[in-house]
Amino acid sequence: MPRTQDARTQGAFATRASESPKRREPSHFGHLMAVISPGVIWIVVFLVLPSAYLMTIAFMTNGTYGLPRMPLTLEAFKELAGFGFLGWSPGNLYTLIRSIWQTVLSTSLVIVMAYPIAYYITRAPARMRPLMLLAVVVPSWTNQVIRAIGWMNILSPGSPVSDLAASMGLIPAQMGLFPSKFAVVVGLVYNFMPFMVLPLYAVFEKLDYAQIDAARDLRAGPIRTFIHAVLPQTLPGLLAGTVLVSIPAFGMYVIPELLGGGKSMMLGNLVARQFAAASNWPLGAAGALIMIIATLLGLLVLRRMGKKLGGDSQVVL
Amino acid sequence: MTGQSTATASAVAAEPTTQHQDQASGRSGSSIELHGVTKQFAADSIALRGINLKISGGEFFTLLGPSGCGKTTLLRIIAGLENASDGEVEIGGASVTDVPAHKRNVNTVFQSYALFNHLDVRENIGFGLKMRGMDKAEISKRVTETAEFIKIGNLLGRRVDQLSGGQRQRVALARALVNEPDVLLLDEPLSALDAGLRSELQLELSRIQRRLGMTFIFVTHDQQEAMVMSDRVAVLNDGRIQQVGPPQQLYEHPENLFVARFMGHQNLYEVRQQDESGLDTCFGRLVGEFERGTHVLIRPETMTVVREDDVNAGPNVFAAVVRERVYRGHVAEYTLDLGNDTEIVATCNNVGEPMFDVGTRVAVKVQTSGVVTFHA
Repeated sequence: MPRTQDARTQGAFATRASESPKRREPSHFGHLMAVISPGVIWIVVFLVLPSAYLMTIAFMTNGTYGLPRMPLTLEAFKELAGFGFLGWSPGNLYTLIRSIWQTVLSTSLVIVMAYPIAYYITRAPARMRPLMLLAVVVPSWTNQVIRAIGWMNILSPGSPVSDLAASMGLIPAQMGLFPSKFAVVVGLVYNFMPFMVLPLYAVFEKLDYAQIDAARDLRAGPIRTFIHAVLPQTLPGLLAGTVLVSIPAFGMYVIPELLGGGKSMMLGNLVARQFAAASNWPLGAAGALIMIIATLLGLLVLRRMGKKLGGDSQVVL
Repeated sequence: MTGQSTATASAVAAEPTTQHQDQASGRSGSSIELHGVTKQFAADSIALRGINLKISGGEFFTLLGPSGCGKTTLLRIIAGLENASDGEVEIGGASVTDVPAHKRNVNTVFQSYALFNHLDVRENIGFGLKMRGMDKAEISKRVTETAEFIKIGNLLGRRVDQLSGGQRQRVALARALVNEPDVLLLDEPLSALDAGLRSELQLELSRIQRRLGMTFIFVTHDQQEAMVMSDRVAVLNDGRIQQVGPPQQLYEHPENLFVARFMGHQNLYEVRQQDESGLDTCFGRLVGEFERGTHVLIRPETMTVVREDDVNAGPNVFAAVVRERVYRGHVAEYTLDLGNDTEIVATCNNVGEPMFDVGTRVAVKVQTSGVVTFHA
């Protein structure tokens, strides 16, 4: 593998050099800087500096009025891990685990639902396809808060959906499906569906059906045909969608805040609370830092999976 | 149904025990029979209308026709990738009509190659064997052998996107051949390649087919390709078989106007009137004993073109003016004006005689052996 990649890189350089030998000359260096500097400045001012600031706060001590002060300690991380004045409590840890679980669950549900949707849109008559895609995207034109409130109504006690669930014995009578972890997952799935459907649609549209024929021709039954001929081709879309869905879902604030009730808090809510109501900036910053690290770890896992499953699917990550 | 086909498959496989060590030893491929195969996609789109065909084991058989004639659909029905709306498919004497593609011992080389991009060349070639559950060492051995045989032994570690068109074609061929199918189906496998590579691979394919003794069914729209490679050719049009026969027969004795045109003939004329001593066409009378027909074809290479004053008027000699001359190296191709808006094409071997210029008045002598009549 590494050798072939070398060959590829060399090949790419070779073509670039032969196409326009002048492009890489030093006289163009100033020109290049002029073009990329606005972007670089933007990233430094709005990403690098704030991140460094956040990281610093996470290691500072919580002051009396919530403002962070010296010295640098690991207090915030200890507190995040549950060591407070009253001994150890697992509340924050639960929040972290819950966030990961809700993210994995809702991303999986989104994949399972979006995959056939994307496929059927590509198989629909050409004039229907833009309409169907529009139907997928239109809900996201409405404010997230308003949509979450919509779900509050649909799932609240006494609503037809809640009554139906109660009559089937899924929840106690007079109870609603909202507020609950279930409502949060419903909200996340609903909210992020378009971000999975669109990249999947893009890969399904380019699907090489001949590969499916080839797999069947080479003695693969329906399931193995899917695994060996369809899945690898859709993997780039699947990974792109997973990134687009799982990262914002993991840090989601609005949906768990509105649909979850107190017991369904996610990491985003915890962080927000520390910066606002609880006035504990170092704890909030530590939470945010853990969130960033968890996200990067998640990306790393996805990248590994992508490399393992299909050669050229690292593109997205 | 399935039981039957597996029985034949194992019988074929059991036949020569050393077949893999010596691929050139040759075994007879399976015969194929199609009975009334019909395919209807929608109410108004009929791809195949009752195809009956017998293909012998070990034959290089070509389905030839214009695009949309149903040739690819027929191939897909034999592969099991498409179900016939009606009719029966038999491979090696056993009906496989209801056997799905992945259970037929038939493999296909696809027009677009259809290689798996996420697998390297070795994994692509070994895919079919892996699906059969063969153990890794055996797969590796067979893949290497087949790759050597197809002359791509040096490409086994490459990624598919690092291959040229010709190399991809070879990988696709090896991926099918390694499974030692009863029948190999080739769906316009050379159409995407440039001319030189194409004729090289044409010869190589027929060589491989002869060495393996496998039944090949080849689909193409190129009559030259069909003639070069095939033992027999079936010309298809509009979902029907127009004529089946060896290339020579199709070229020299087309049975109808479509086949004549498709085989590249241009000198086609309506028969106005016919009796025992000859027939009348728009440019004059051809004297000779011809079979009855509504149309007549004159093969360009059987005609002789001479300077007008070098020949005495006689039967089957017609005065003409050279309208166009195409120099092809080994032959010169003349388009001759016979008057009355009638043209005839004659080819003359380039054996050192001076060629006629455009505008030259000539006489063209038609040999009766080059005249074929048929019904439209």
